[in-house]
Amino acid sequence: MKKKRTERKSKFTNLSNIEIDRLYTERATRSIDPKSDLGQPGQFPYTRGVYPTMYRGQLWTMRQFSGFASASETNQRYHYLLKQGQTGLSVAFDLPTLMGYDSDHPKSLGEVGKCGVAIDTVHDMERLFDGIPLDRVSTSMTINAPAIVLFAMYLAVAEKQRVPFAQLRGTLQNDILKEYIAQKEWITSPEPALKLINDTVRFCVEEAPLFHPISISGYHIREAGSTAVQELAFTLYDGLTYVASAIKSGLKVDDFAPRLSFFFNAHNDFFEEIAKYRAARRLWAREIKKRFHPRDPKSMMLRFHTQTAGCTLTAQQPYNNIVRVALQALAGILGGTQSLHTNSMDETYALPTQEAVTIALRTQQIIAQESGVTDTVDPLAGSYYIESLTNRMEKEAQRYFKKLDAMGGMLRAIEKGFPQREIHRAAVAYQQEIDRKERLIVGMNAFVEEKERPIEILKVTGDVERRQVARLKKVKAERDPKKLRQALQRLTSAAEAGAYLMPLILDAVRAEATVGEISDVFRNVFGEYRETVSF
Amino acid sequence: MARSAAKSAPAKSSQHKRPVERRKRVLLAKIGLDGHDRGIKVVARALRDGGIEVIYLGLHHTPAEIVASAIQEDADAVGLSIHSAAHMTLFEEVLKLLKKERATDIAVFGGGIIPDEDIRNLKKQGIREIFTPGAPLDQIVQFVKGLKRK
Repeated sequence: MKKKRTERKSKFTNLSNIEIDRLYTERATRSIDPKSDLGQPGQFPYTRGVYPTMYRGQLWTMRQFSGFASASETNQRYHYLLKQGQTGLSVAFDLPTLMGYDSDHPKSLGEVGKCGVAIDTVHDMERLFDGIPLDRVSTSMTINAPAIVLFAMYLAVAEKQRVPFAQLRGTLQNDILKEYIAQKEWITSPEPALKLINDTVRFCVEEAPLFHPISISGYHIREAGSTAVQELAFTLYDGLTYVASAIKSGLKVDDFAPRLSFFFNAHNDFFEEIAKYRAARRLWAREIKKRFHPRDPKSMMLRFHTQTAGCTLTAQQPYNNIVRVALQALAGILGGTQSLHTNSMDETYALPTQEAVTIALRTQQIIAQESGVTDTVDPLAGSYYIESLTNRMEKEAQRYFKKLDAMGGMLRAIEKGFPQREIHRAAVAYQQEIDRKERLIVGMNAFVEEKERPIEILKVTGDVERRQVARLKKVKAERDPKKLRQALQRLTSAAEAGAYLMPLILDAVRAEATVGEISDVFRNVFGEYRETVSF
Repeated sequence: MARSAAKSAPAKSSQHKRPVERRKRVLLAKIGLDGHDRGIKVVARALRDGGIEVIYLGLHHTPAEIVASAIQEDADAVGLSIHSAAHMTLFEEVLKLLKKERATDIAVFGGGIIPDEDIRNLKKQGIREIFTPGAPLDQIVQFVKGLKRK
């Protein structure tokens, strides 16, 4: 009788439901041509990384996303983080700002300064960067629907600090497609939103060449419940959509494509995540080359920011989250990320305390300085498993590309609810696996502790809203109404005419127009977006 | 458990052949401005699969919109999802409006990113239950099935 080898499970799968073999051998990588499929680091198709020296040359940017309460309180946190060795700033705006509402709008009730910092006017933006010379930091801004407005406010602060636009470094998220797909903070429908994005891209090309105008984001798609393959496919396809849209608006691919950047999630399945990043670089390089024929190799290089997966953190036994974050961060680094945000262990409860944020930052510093993983480039290349999984992720993503091409592109697919439905299905399946204990989460459905000690939580009090509304009222009362009216009228006419809006938004911001007032122009001229939902 | 709910609910014509108790009717909504709808859509699906009638309002709703819809839809319960930390202000507003409309028989429960201390306070104010990340779906379904109109 043949002896049967027993295994813990009848089938091993990763989070994209790809079946994992017991053993990978040279057979798994036989079809790979090291030259054309991997290349050297810094060479097409960039599978092994976008720079020849990677972390030997320069470590990734340690960039903790942060913002809460008022501009002054967030400014203090920024000074603290910079003092602790953080190398870039990353602004979290509150929900009214993300949706283009002022702090005194009825829909803003209870939300002001809660999930991020409240910004109504250029004065708030000025306080946010008080004592921080804008030519000395790089600033990432997580803002989408009203990105062009907040960018204009940042530019206006640079003017006040006498910093030329050409010296500004940073990134706008400015990725509206993933908003319709996953994150759901919008103002107008997709077509006019793409137009506003094209205007910011043009401005960066012409006047702020060191700024990244779009950070094409898979993070939120993954947090909404997608698989790793879906995150990879929808994000890269969104990117191709922005490139096509900017070219259609009159820009040349090599003028802006080198300034596009990406933003991915780092979830639990360690090797799957590493394969995802490597596949992303290769797939982007190949698709950009095939579809848009760039001359500059930089147009084909996928650079990305990583954030560890918030949705994997558990409220139960929160200290365990420190370990989860460390593993996820390591995956991002072995995948060759250019910058990294590590989540704090208390984020299933509230925004993190200073102590929790510090541990998260130290986690990155420990990996960077102590683990040795930064000493050589792309250390996992050539692994039978990693290379075959990289291939598989690329192939699966291409299958989605074909479907999306056949649907007539991402805008049509979003209209049909296709990516939304695919993500929802994956989210339901994942939750069911956890509920059936087919997937074990330590502290949640396994190794549960009856009695847990509560941890300290950051509180943002309601007083922030009252003070912010008072500041806004004061600005509204003291500004020059004639100058404001003229600026908003000129902006309205230009928006109606389909003209280039960046200079007019900059003028409106200088005239102390609020985020809400400028967003109202968009709402009035372009109409508001409404989603049809299904579950 | 469904029987007790049927008693207090107004009789409705049933599409079934034999008379059965009225199915539980739950209105779900994202309250406030955050767009994190993964949880509520998964819960909506689980409740529907559990035999509960689900009306999902969608995103970015104010307390006033939610209360008006709950009354209009004759819901037994309202489930609110929030991840923006505005829960104290907005949940309180919902309870206040239900009281004003004399509709406090509609049970209110919620879920999202909500600290323990706030959960205790919300329950004191009349929110029946709060589910946080990691709550098993079956627990939520059983909770809704067991809800009684007050």
